[in-house]
Amino acid sequence: MREAVFEARGVTKVYHVGEVEVLALRGVDVDLYEGEFAVLLGPSGSGKSTLLNILGGLDVPTSGRVHFREHDLTAFDDAALTHYRREHVGFVFQFYNLIPSLTARENTALITEIAHNPMKPEEALKLVGLGDRMDHFPSQMSGGEQQRVAIARAIAKRPDVLLCDEPTGALDVKTGIVVLEAIERVNRELGTTTAVITHNAVIAGIADRVITISNGRIANVMRNEKKTAARELVW
Amino acid sequence: MAAQAVAISLVLACGVATFVMSLCTYASMMRTRERYYDRYSFASVFTHLKRAPNSLSARIAEIPGVAAAQTRVVVDVTLDLPDIAEPATGRLISIPEYQSQQINQLHIRSGRYIAPRTEGEVIVDEAFAEAHHFGPGTRVKAIINGKLDELTIVGIGLSPEYVYTIQPGQIFPDTKRFGVFWMAYPELSAAFGLRDSFNDVALTLGYGASEPEVLKRLDDLTASYGGTGAYARADQLSHRFVSDELIQLRAMATIVPITFFAVAAFLLNVVLNRLISTQREQIAALKAFGYARREVGWHFLKFALLIVLFGTAIGIGLGAWLGRGVTRMYTQFFRFPTFEFYLDPRVVVFAIAISVTAGGLAVAGAVRRAMRLPPAEAMRPDAPPIYRPTVVERLGLQRLFSQPVRMILRQIERKPSRSALSILGVALSIAVMILGSFSKDIVDHIADVQFDRSQRYDFHVSFVEPTSARALHEIKSLPGVLRAEPFRTIPVRLHAGQHSQHSRRTGVIGLPQDRQLLQLIDLRLHSATLPREGLVISKTLAESLSVNVGDVITVETMEGERRTVNVRVADLLDDFGGTSAYMDLTALNRLLREGDTISGAFIATDPAHASELYAALKNTPRIAGVTSKQAALASFRKTIAENFLRMRLFNVLFGCTIAIGVVYNSARIALSERSRELATLRVIGFTRREISSILLGEVGLLIIAAIPLGLFIGYWFAVFATAAMQTETQRFPAIVQTSTFAFAVAVVLIAAIASGVLVRRRLDQLDLVGVLKSRD
Repeated sequence: MREAVFEARGVTKVYHVGEVEVLALRGVDVDLYEGEFAVLLGPSGSGKSTLLNILGGLDVPTSGRVHFREHDLTAFDDAALTHYRREHVGFVFQFYNLIPSLTARENTALITEIAHNPMKPEEALKLVGLGDRMDHFPSQMSGGEQQRVAIARAIAKRPDVLLCDEPTGALDVKTGIVVLEAIERVNRELGTTTAVITHNAVIAGIADRVITISNGRIANVMRNEKKTAARELVW
Repeated sequence: MAAQAVAISLVLACGVATFVMSLCTYASMMRTRERYYDRYSFASVFTHLKRAPNSLSARIAEIPGVAAAQTRVVVDVTLDLPDIAEPATGRLISIPEYQSQQINQLHIRSGRYIAPRTEGEVIVDEAFAEAHHFGPGTRVKAIINGKLDELTIVGIGLSPEYVYTIQPGQIFPDTKRFGVFWMAYPELSAAFGLRDSFNDVALTLGYGASEPEVLKRLDDLTASYGGTGAYARADQLSHRFVSDELIQLRAMATIVPITFFAVAAFLLNVVLNRLISTQREQIAALKAFGYARREVGWHFLKFALLIVLFGTAIGIGLGAWLGRGVTRMYTQFFRFPTFEFYLDPRVVVFAIAISVTAGGLAVAGAVRRAMRLPPAEAMRPDAPPIYRPTVVERLGLQRLFSQPVRMILRQIERKPSRSALSILGVALSIAVMILGSFSKDIVDHIADVQFDRSQRYDFHVSFVEPTSARALHEIKSLPGVLRAEPFRTIPVRLHAGQHSQHSRRTGVIGLPQDRQLLQLIDLRLHSATLPREGLVISKTLAESLSVNVGDVITVETMEGERRTVNVRVADLLDDFGGTSAYMDLTALNRLLREGDTISGAFIATDPAHASELYAALKNTPRIAGVTSKQAALASFRKTIAENFLRMRLFNVLFGCTIAIGVVYNSARIALSERSRELATLRVIGFTRREISSILLGEVGLLIIAAIPLGLFIGYWFAVFATAAMQTETQRFPAIVQTSTFAFAVAVVLIAAIASGVLVRRRLDQLDLVGVLKSRD
């Protein structure tokens, strides 16, 4: 049995939007295991992003506990959370969020310069298939290429976890598959615990486990007996 | 956005304020002066002579062009005042017994006019009275013709001849040691052996009169009576000082406001452009709903207009307030019967027009952009900015830079004109501060050169009339005198040119070769030697006569036996005064064929014997006037220092306003443009401090680049301002001390850091969660 990297117990998140209270998460219990590829599936507004943010140390739950290995994230202050993200977490955003004034190599080097045991930027970029585009700026690249740079940036520091929020949301099918392949490869070759958020059920086929979230609660947790390769996805 | 708008408004307000203040003060002073001169019939032509019978005045009045003529007695005497130890100088001017004066009328401030057939009644000038707290009824001791007499003040008055009370030869007024007294003609003329005579003339001219003609005719008439050369109002001491001040005000009314307006316009342009960029979607929505282009444009124009009008309103109020303050400050020096600050509505309207025009031009481009934006395009995200490796990196130096530094450099290079203008903006704030403070440096320099290096004496003593050099022994034997050096001064008219077409009225000062107490110092602080033959003249004087070293000048003496001699120009002196001519004392005596004659002496004294010396000076009949260097210097420094401190405060405020305006806006705009990037960096693990340095690093680099530029521009502002203030009698070198530069830089750095801190606090409010989903 693999070790749990994340342990969340009774996680609740309440947002105050003006005078209205929004209950984004209602008492969620979930674990993520070492080296696994998990997909968090759910419609928009289900709370999946909120859960990812909390796991990634971007947000704190209103109540409940979250442990990353032996650390209690819910007891961390802002500086500690920043440190946690810096050392242990790799993020991939829906809209890539690259620094427009830096090349692909430099965007990746941003991270490797502040990491303890990084891989070389060139290595990370080769891993996502962009060895020949390293000195291009984001404005010179397609969406798919940019997202792969973002992945390279996220994994260059050899993080413990890779968290991806709708990584293919802004891409067409073909490009989306290329990106998912990159994520797959990272999970396989580096053994990084990976969590991908999506509303697209087809994508769930490439995961080890699919965690369905609905209305702020875990609706279902399913293990994929047979994983589909990203290349074979059709949507 | 509110803070940014306010910052821009304040910059604009400073421009409007300085514009309104300088122009209105200038106009107020012009108006006041014209009215004063007009109402009190200020003379247009003046001359002094030795002695002429009253019957001559009728012939003077008949000179074609003369409207009215006033002949009077004017004599300088030594005063023995109760509240100061050293002797002071009083100028006694005769007035008719009955208040019937036509020219140079007196305005009686308090007390009354002199009563006829009384003894010792005088009216004293207000500045002197205030300096000593004299009032009607006070008695003042004066040494009249070797005798100590008592004068009774019956009235305090003002005269258009002495708006600025300054002794000839001085560079600033010493109202404590120089006072003007008006006394009845019969009494004054009798006391100085001038019964039924006069030694001074003032004329008013009629419409269409030829001033040069009148001057010439007056000279001809007074030549045989010891006339020292007629001069026009333009050369009258008080009038000239007021005119010079007006010139300086005028100069200030342009440079400073333009700088502020330019910076405000730049900021308005950048901020509005940014605003429109961030509101693309709203613009699109409005247009999609059917709003016309004009309405959209007007919406943004209104915003700019609000900032401009707000700033202008504050500026006008501030300008009026400053103007009142400056006018009040002027009343210390310039004595008018009334001197009020008048807020000219035309200046106000003009200021509003300039502001609105400048603001409109600044945002015209941005507003047009908003109007032209196609709705569909506006709904799409902005095209991603194109970046390139910077110049530095193309040189292969990128290994030296970390990624954050590369981000900063590329950001700066991507919008080169905006970066350049931001640098210029901060540079201007430094320059404006230097412009506002450097005049003190000039004054310090003059005081240093004039007093410490040039005038090394403690007292300057002048005799009633030129006497034999033996009088020097008498001076040397006074108590406490350590050293006495003679001088000879003689009023002259210098003529040059083939047909003597250039001529100037000035004085030649003869100095001994072995002198120590008066050095001839030039603007570069070199001490000039006096050749044994020939004249050494000021460079400006040489220029106005169009002569050079080696040329021959015709010297026409205007004292005693009129003589015309030719003298060679031996050397030029690039000095502060500008109108002086010097010669070796022996050579001058020889030229004038007068044997060893001196007009006075410079003396160095032992302070331990001060009171005995003062008593002796007051009691020496031969002495007409005594000027104390130390006292004058102290008085000067005190007055100027007070005023400068006040000016410096405003200066600092102005400099800070521009600096904060530019830096704060630049940082806020940078934050607005880069908030997504910075939030992303925070998400992926950068600390608050790291992203602060990325945001503020860009601004910091611009500030560092601005510093040398600001010092450069500031120096040249000072040079131009100095040139604009040059007059024939006051030549300043452009001096900016290191402390002035350092102060300007320090203030701007502090203002910039404060702005940076304010913006940095906003970094803590970055929405890290929101940035994960945002497209741009």
